[in-house]
Amino acid sequence: MTCNRSATLLLFFALTLALTAGCGGSAWNDPYPAADAGANTLYTSFSERPKHLDPVQSYAENEFAFIANIYQPPLQYHYLKRPYELIPFGATEVPKPVYLDAAGKSLPDSAPAERVAYSEYVIRIKQGVKYQPHPAFAIDESGKPRYLTLTAADLRGIDTLGDFKHTGTRELEAADYVHQIKRLAHPRLHSPILQLMGEYVIGLKDLADQLTKVAAGLPEEASVDLTQYAVSGVRIIDRHTYAVRVRGKYPQFAYWLAMPFFAPVPPEADRFYDQPGMAKKNITLDWYPVGSGPYMLTVNNPNRQMVLERNPNYRGETYPAEGEPEDGKKGLLADAGKPLPFIDRVVFSLEKEQIPYWNKFLQGYYDASGIGSDTFDQAVQFSGGDITLTEDMVARGIRLQTSLATSVFYLGFNMLDPVVGATPGERARKLRLAISIAVDQEELISIFRNGRGVPSHGPIPPGIFGYRDADAKGINPQVYDWVNNQPQRKNIEQAKKLLAEAGYPNGRDAKTGQPLLLHLDTTSSGADSKARLDWYINQFAKLGVQLVIRATDFNRLQDKLRRGTAQLYFLGWNADYPDPENFLFLLHGAQGRAQTQGENASNYKNAEFDRLFDRMKHMANGPERQAIIDRMIELLRHDAPWVWSYFPKDYTLHHGWVFNRKPNQIANNGLKYQRLDPALRVQRRREWNPPVVWPLVLIGVVLILSAVPAVAAFRRRERRTATMVQS
Amino acid sequence: MTGYIIRRLIYGLLVLVGVNVFTFALFFFVNSPDDMARAQLGAKRVTPEAVEKWKRERGYDKPLFLNEKMLGTAKVTNTVFFEKSARLFVFEFGASDQGRNIGYDISTRMWPSLAVQLPAFIIGLLVYISFALMMAFFRATYLDFWGVVLCVLMMSISGLFYIIGGQFIFGKLWNLVPISGYDTGFEAIKFLALPVLIGVISGIGGNARWYRTIFLEEISKDYVRTARAKGLSETRVLFRHVLQNAMIPILTGVVVVIPLLFMGALITESFFGIPGLGSYTIDAISQQDFAIVRVMVFLGSVLYIIGLILTDISYTLVDPRVRFS
Repeated sequence: MTCNRSATLLLFFALTLALTAGCGGSAWNDPYPAADAGANTLYTSFSERPKHLDPVQSYAENEFAFIANIYQPPLQYHYLKRPYELIPFGATEVPKPVYLDAAGKSLPDSAPAERVAYSEYVIRIKQGVKYQPHPAFAIDESGKPRYLTLTAADLRGIDTLGDFKHTGTRELEAADYVHQIKRLAHPRLHSPILQLMGEYVIGLKDLADQLTKVAAGLPEEASVDLTQYAVSGVRIIDRHTYAVRVRGKYPQFAYWLAMPFFAPVPPEADRFYDQPGMAKKNITLDWYPVGSGPYMLTVNNPNRQMVLERNPNYRGETYPAEGEPEDGKKGLLADAGKPLPFIDRVVFSLEKEQIPYWNKFLQGYYDASGIGSDTFDQAVQFSGGDITLTEDMVARGIRLQTSLATSVFYLGFNMLDPVVGATPGERARKLRLAISIAVDQEELISIFRNGRGVPSHGPIPPGIFGYRDADAKGINPQVYDWVNNQPQRKNIEQAKKLLAEAGYPNGRDAKTGQPLLLHLDTTSSGADSKARLDWYINQFAKLGVQLVIRATDFNRLQDKLRRGTAQLYFLGWNADYPDPENFLFLLHGAQGRAQTQGENASNYKNAEFDRLFDRMKHMANGPERQAIIDRMIELLRHDAPWVWSYFPKDYTLHHGWVFNRKPNQIANNGLKYQRLDPALRVQRRREWNPPVVWPLVLIGVVLILSAVPAVAAFRRRERRTATMVQS
Repeated sequence: MTGYIIRRLIYGLLVLVGVNVFTFALFFFVNSPDDMARAQLGAKRVTPEAVEKWKRERGYDKPLFLNEKMLGTAKVTNTVFFEKSARLFVFEFGASDQGRNIGYDISTRMWPSLAVQLPAFIIGLLVYISFALMMAFFRATYLDFWGVVLCVLMMSISGLFYIIGGQFIFGKLWNLVPISGYDTGFEAIKFLALPVLIGVISGIGGNARWYRTIFLEEISKDYVRTARAKGLSETRVLFRHVLQNAMIPILTGVVVVIPLLFMGALITESFFGIPGLGSYTIDAISQQDFAIVRVMVFLGSVLYIIGLILTDISYTLVDPRVRFS
């Protein structure tokens, strides 16, 4: 009887599950609300909460992923064209600098850099552009700002920006761009580019000094009203035009104009967020951006989810009609001329771990994914030397895109070190070169990066002006030979010969007979890193040199680099903008980390290199600039302050319902160009995620069946007469 | 009893001061204010001036414990330690090093932590005690033996394995629940089901063995033999007598963790994308946000002290012989 009842219950349970599983709606494992299933929403993720969303402070890629789609700086990069090309965004055209001498007289474009005292950029912005709806612009019936004079009582019941009932907008003005430039000098905002821009933008440093004094005299909660101050080198010409005067020739300034640092911020936003009580509720510009770009941030819960929604006031931008030659064949020009953005919402979910992210991508709950080392074999395979998707990925309609990152990774030598540095002169140079030959980058890329990288022959990555292909003329002749029409790493015997010439035959000091010990400071730890570090030890061992790994945390490594006490170290650099200056400055003498706390962590100093750098940085791209860069790279290859390691190659996957994706290593505002087929996504998700309920039923049956003898034993015991039980 | 609680609270206050000093010293032994500034200012183009300015504005430019340049009490009060720690004792948590209000963040993030921890705790307790009672009931039989073997096996497996395995089986293979994520209200259930289940299952091994040991110790006592001699059923013996008398050791382990349920679970929250206080703490450590680390350690200590006092009080409720003195 009991068994019959249990069986009936089980059958009922199984039927219920099966019926529930079969009845439409979203899949059981769908992490999104069922109502959003067919929505024109892109699903992606973030792994670390952004520290800053204020465009004057933000300087990290994970922050730009949001604000580059919200704010509208004067310029942006063309989505499809390569090499990267600046095009207007908030501006009507890319400004051409006017060169002026010290007296303020115009100079021809060909004027030498020494004669140019100032460059003036006159920027005309588009008319009729409007900000996203925001409470800072809300006005009441009498036309006065509704929320700019709030009291503590008004803020009762307000916890987020969405709690303000009214919003408004207004037209974008040149004054907003100027306001943001002033914000760079705000003493409480700590813009990371203040010092750099202070050297170039006329009057910015003076304003920073002035504001520092003003802020020091104010109570902590009082705000600094920037509208009361001016930057002498920045002026508003009319409602839609402003001019920025920079010191000397600084062609890279145009690239900075494409970054959120120079995006417009309305003064109303500062007034709104600076009101007493706002910061206590975490309602700040750093948390709730106010932009005029294609998207606006409507949900900011970096603990769980961040949501960008189409800015209803965004108009006038269309999908590009030109690109690279293959773009047409790839379907990247199919939407030419159509208004942007295509996608209504972009949901960023917090996903800290790679495994859940990857599995959710395969279930169709994320639209795109990178490929981690753990999942590499699952995603791609090598066939005939080419990298292709695995059958499973192809069957799912997943597509692969590869691109070379505008980044460089290297093993650096500290040139202040008495063994590997500049002091021992030629001896140390040969030692560095011997190590450069011995450390087999091709093997490293093959073993530890699954082939995702290109060995570097210099500091400038592909896609940046100044880069030379590794052909007969472009290879690093200190490390490679040109054999059978391809670069071939020099023989280890040549490295040993160099080592002997350096005074360390077979890795021992010729004078003392002591083995040569070198120390590598690294923040890498864990099982994966251990294999890689062991590999490095073996590479040095090929020369008989003993490499000692000194595991250290990030702070200690930075401290050692600042004090110039590290011997060997790993570092990398991501481009701020696509100009060789942004890579070569990493080895400029004036940037020496130990002396000036600059970005030259190797403390490399070469008078000729520095002189050429100072010339090159002012020049426009052309044969003359290329010739100077070639010479600079020749010097670097000769001196070998870095072991030229590799340029990483990025692999990304996306589902068949995502269109117009093209990797862009410099720009971060690519969301507006992407398009979706949500109906296909719904269909695929259903196909891929049917709930499997039979194991639950089976578990239930097993539990019940196993309970039967236990119950029987229990009853037997209960009925038994008392006995002595030994426990 | 009131006097006892007041005395314990005063002791707790001293413990808190000690914890604060220890956390402070430990944190600044590993990190300098310069490191903190650089962590907040980013990796690129950070100038020494910007670092100094950041420290000055947040009060990290002062000496850590003793300000020799000051006179009188200012020698102690005008230091990083005093300024950053004294306010904690009136529960003023201030702003994080990134400028966000910590109190507000805690008040929003404690609920997701509780949503996972509370059901896992209650269900877990019922399951562990039931399983342990079952093993005690069938003591010295094959059921008991294999139960113990199962417990040892389960406690030998890493918690991370349960999480990844659970996500794979329930989320990916059987498509029954989302692999990770979180939502509020009724929608939260589908996200909480798996972490709660894993929380319960991963704790069975250790807890059931522990409770079994307690029960077996009680079972061998004279009063149990007397109860059996009186003709009471084994169920009645176990539930009415053994369980009640085993409450003191059970409560010692259980009540103390109740207040700490707010603090969340570090790995679980990270893998399931649950926006609780566990991941808040982990993020703060990785971002070197000392303001948050300090508050979370302080809060953890306060809750632990509360837990200990509640444990003492609970003894009097289950065992009338226990009296405070």
